[in-house]
Amino acid sequence: MTPPPNETKDMHWLVRPATIRHLWRGGLIILALTVLADLLLTPHPRFGIDGSFGFYAWYGFLTCAAMVIGAKALGLLLSRKDTYYDESGDNV
Amino acid sequence: MFESLPPGLIMILGAFALPLLPRAIRPALLLALPLTTMALIWSFDAGYLFKLDFLDYTLTPIKIDALGRLFATIFALMAFVGSIYAFKQKRIVELVAANIYAGSAIGVALAGDLITVFVFWEVMAVASTVVIWSAGTDASYKASMRYILVHLFGGVVLMSGIIWHISETGSVDFQAMLADGPARWLILIGFLLNAGAPPFSAWLPDAYPEASFSGTVFLSAFTTKTAVYVLIRGFPGEEILIFVGIYMIFYGIIYALLENDMRRILTYSIVNQVGFMITGIGIGTELALNGAAAHAFTHIIYKALLLMSAGSVLHMTAKRKCTDLGGLFRTMPLTMTCGIIGALAISSFPLTSGFISKSMISQAAADGHMMMVWMFLAAASAGVFLHAGIKFPWFVFFQKDSGLRPSDPPLNMRVAMVILASLCIGLGVWPEPLYAILPYPVNFIPYTADHVIKMLQLLLFAGLAFFLFLPLMKRTLTLTLDVDWFYRRAGLRIARVLARYVSNGLKQFDTGTSLLIGGLFRLVFRFNGPSGAFARNTLVGSMVQWVVVLLGVYLVLFLFGPK
Repeated sequence: MTPPPNETKDMHWLVRPATIRHLWRGGLIILALTVLADLLLTPHPRFGIDGSFGFYAWYGFLTCAAMVIGAKALGLLLSRKDTYYDESGDNV
Repeated sequence: MFESLPPGLIMILGAFALPLLPRAIRPALLLALPLTTMALIWSFDAGYLFKLDFLDYTLTPIKIDALGRLFATIFALMAFVGSIYAFKQKRIVELVAANIYAGSAIGVALAGDLITVFVFWEVMAVASTVVIWSAGTDASYKASMRYILVHLFGGVVLMSGIIWHISETGSVDFQAMLADGPARWLILIGFLLNAGAPPFSAWLPDAYPEASFSGTVFLSAFTTKTAVYVLIRGFPGEEILIFVGIYMIFYGIIYALLENDMRRILTYSIVNQVGFMITGIGIGTELALNGAAAHAFTHIIYKALLLMSAGSVLHMTAKRKCTDLGGLFRTMPLTMTCGIIGALAISSFPLTSGFISKSMISQAAADGHMMMVWMFLAAASAGVFLHAGIKFPWFVFFQKDSGLRPSDPPLNMRVAMVILASLCIGLGVWPEPLYAILPYPVNFIPYTADHVIKMLQLLLFAGLAFFLFLPLMKRTLTLTLDVDWFYRRAGLRIARVLARYVSNGLKQFDTGTSLLIGGLFRLVFRFNGPSGAFARNTLVGSMVQWVVVLLGVYLVLFLFGPK
């Protein structure tokens, strides 16, 4: 869904699809480099599991995924319209 | 001359002079008050005590040690920069209240006895309520009333604990305690309530975002951090605090992830950050307590910066919901840059202040071989980047083009943001001055290749998760129910039902009794009223008549009756 070139020109350079593609590419390269940097470190794990390869990368990613999904699930239960307390003068 | 003057009192008394001054001179006093206070705090030598006899007790209104001085310093600094930000605040009552609020927070930080702590504690509650209320909206008035109710309740709990404790021990001194009996439990609960601990966390995201653009900046700094201070002083190493802290950390993340209001996101994140500090206090080693104190110091700076950035957006656009915002990077470059610096600092990015403070707490957990605590803290560090570090700048400044084209805020607000942003980076690059004023000697080196790379991995992969799961985080016009539902909805409904039945009952009782009493009165009236049988004056006449008749009958019987 790339906008036609003349439309792209009017957009701020930061939000052009080409820039966003470059940002993703650059970001993924940086991610790979931080994981590869693990090879340069001498592992001295404090609990065992944190000595596994790229521990902080996969642990950070998985726990964040769990938090996002957990929050979404909790939201199904606890979300209300943001006028919830304003209705029928219940907002005391 | 000043050796018997608690430094906080300068700000409290000076605040009252503010409305009396011409508008042009007010900024000078606003800056002079925290600066004088700061000078006074540092004019005392460590170990200085000022004692005062009061009733049967000896109070210590001034006690200078490293811990108290650290907190008093950051409170004064915050009042200074906050005042610059609020120069153009038209509601002078907010500035008066904010200075009293800051002054009483400094009063707590330098108090050597529990009675002084309590007095300043309550002044804080009232002053902060006025800060919220002075936003002048209907919502802020209602929020401030809910806020003061929670805090007055906390105050009563704290006061009961303090009185009980003093009657048990005979001492008013504020020293490290163990939660070993009901008196200390009550004190601990009173302290924790102000920290935003469960089940009373909801007052914080409920009330703070309703204050004005500048009011929320002041609010973010003092109440929760004085609570952290009194917990470090009063309950270091109290194990339950680890669990309370970890709960707060994840509560803040989850609720912030669901939130749509930009300043409410940031207030949920206060609960999250205070959770890190409370976990540190629960761990209780010198490194952990240093970490909690240092994190309170750096947190006050970057959270105020984030709220200044959000306050600037609110001030310039009058919008506060992520669904209404987006794309502001085009026209608010300075606000965006400062917001991002604050966001990186709260996420503990290397070279920012959060990195050199929060990592002390994780290190303390690792040193204590607390594997689960350490795992939670690591996950939470990633979660902070998710809920505050990326979410706030992304939804406000990038996301979509909202079509809004506000400019950066006025000069004074920009200056305040630049000062705090410089401090965030300054402390991150050069932590030694902060380490030098921490309560315990510091043997901690934040910048090792190992630590930097691991932190980058954790944060950058949290960022990857954010962008991969972006569709799940699409903002909706919702709020998330919390414990405050019980007093905002359930309590209200119960009160209404009670009102209906109790007042109906009372009405019926009233009708019944008035019928009964009315009947009695009518009965009495019937015989004793003006036309009642007992009130007729004709009786006297007829009585005389009957007496005459009876006497006549008696005479006839006497004369002619049988002998």
